[in-house]
Amino acid sequence: MKLTDLSLLELGRRLAAGEASSVEAVQACLERIRRLDGRVKAFLLVDEKGALAQAEAADARRRSGTPKGPLDGVPVALKDLFCTEGLATTAGSRILEGFVPPFDATVVQLLKAAGLPILGKLNMDEFAMGSSTENSAYFPSANPWDLTRSPGGSSGGSAAAVSARFAFGALGTDTGGSIRQPAALTGTVGLKPTYGRVSRYGVVAFASSLDQVGPLARTVGDAAALLQVLAVHDARDSTSSREVAPDYLRHLDAGVDGLRLGMPREYFEVEGLDPEVRSAVEAAAAAYQKLGATLVPISLPHTKYALATYYLVAPAEASSNLARYDGVRYGLRVAAPGLREMYAQTRGRGFGPEAKRRIMLGTYALSAGYYDAYYLKAQKVRTLIRQDFAQAWQKVDAILAPTAPTTAFKLGEKVGDPLAMYANDIFTLPCSLAGLPGMSLPCGFSRAGLPIGLQLLGKPFDEATVLRVGRAFEKAHDFVRVPPVGGA
Amino acid sequence: MKLTREQVRHVATLAHLALSPEEEAKMQEQLSAILEAVETLRELDTAAVEPTSHAASAVGGWREDTVQPSLPAEKALANAPARVGTSFAVPRILE
Repeated sequence: MKLTDLSLLELGRRLAAGEASSVEAVQACLERIRRLDGRVKAFLLVDEKGALAQAEAADARRRSGTPKGPLDGVPVALKDLFCTEGLATTAGSRILEGFVPPFDATVVQLLKAAGLPILGKLNMDEFAMGSSTENSAYFPSANPWDLTRSPGGSSGGSAAAVSARFAFGALGTDTGGSIRQPAALTGTVGLKPTYGRVSRYGVVAFASSLDQVGPLARTVGDAAALLQVLAVHDARDSTSSREVAPDYLRHLDAGVDGLRLGMPREYFEVEGLDPEVRSAVEAAAAAYQKLGATLVPISLPHTKYALATYYLVAPAEASSNLARYDGVRYGLRVAAPGLREMYAQTRGRGFGPEAKRRIMLGTYALSAGYYDAYYLKAQKVRTLIRQDFAQAWQKVDAILAPTAPTTAFKLGEKVGDPLAMYANDIFTLPCSLAGLPGMSLPCGFSRAGLPIGLQLLGKPFDEATVLRVGRAFEKAHDFVRVPPVGGA
Repeated sequence: MKLTREQVRHVATLAHLALSPEEEAKMQEQLSAILEAVETLRELDTAAVEPTSHAASAVGGWREDTVQPSLPAEKALANAPARVGTSFAVPRILE
């Protein structure tokens, strides 16, 4: 087995046993990136020197018997939404071109403190707004399973890099499905933790009541190991939970015997759910039954309102968050005679079409005379969606559903029709609005050879059960595969 | 809900966003379609429902108000498009 094909946990074990070095692992990743990323375009920036220096330091710690932890020396990469001291951070936008953050996001500090070398920054839809990476101001990324298709988004570069074996894991963010949907489309594991589980400090903000950081990985165990590094209280994020994280690996292999898994009727009745996706998810449900779980039919009656709710709440928050890009403190400035004119010209030039659309929509939904009818109304429906889940948790331990309605779609197929693109998120949005943990893991392949994602949702702060349920399926039906990357 | 061109311009002004005539036209069409799609929320009676502003089940908690190191001015200004001394510079707003 090639070094780059190992799981993150297995590489960690080999580093601990002295059977591999971090420098070797980083060099193997860099070699693969050099050879294949011209096709995939997962990276916006590769930090060869930085990653090798971190790897040398990790190897020295291993040699002297003072590793920083089980993942010391395991190379990973970051969605370009995380502030990295001294490394350009663009959020996929022209308005932040050339911005070099003066500090590290808390999650970046945590990765460094655990010794993980950082290979570089990954492509994404501008300001995490999109489901295909086609809203990146720089270039779209390709799906390693079929280079004519999208890897999903907005953390599409993260998913593509993990899928293509450029990195042993990656960080993404998920506001309405931006970790889970690309994971489903690329055959990787993507975990969105409970809102508040992971610090948002130093993460470029999109919709602050929804944004959450999480890992993209090759296996459920790898996702658990990365979450362990990230799930720490941060006094610099007022929404960061003080609940101490459990040991996510301890009960990972406990199985599902006796667990109740909810099957929400509304998720399987959706028009536009690809029959191949539906049958793969139903097969996964049957597999869980064989493993000893009980399937419980449930109803989440407000599911169909999640899309409309999200596309009012998220743009409203985005229009407020993106007000900071005004050409004064960082990023682009377009010279103009007056201050207001400078703001408008800078923002008109710096933002791409989707960011502008959401700023406009959000500004409208918050404006005088429309606030109650749109924003407040959406916040109330959000309560109904939360209540749906609260009732479900009285009957089930986790919920099982498709992640995305289809397999990976063609680049260019949906980019001209915002509503068609938004419909990618129908199965991931309710979980985000309710602030719950959700994970996508591979549960099969279509006849065309494209990965299909299974989504598991859990109770607030019960990532451990989500991971355990995911691991039970992965152990029985291993769909971890190396993609062709265009015939490499 | 069909937006007029004037409404699009008004919202763009509120958002400090310069749009070309082509962008205005496209925005008018696309925002109208999106607003029509979100009309579906009106089916629900929410008169007695409290709004959810945040997904966090337990937001916040207080921390000690202690002095923490902050960014030195040079670092904070390093990305500024224009500066004067230790300040960010903006176009003149007073004559």
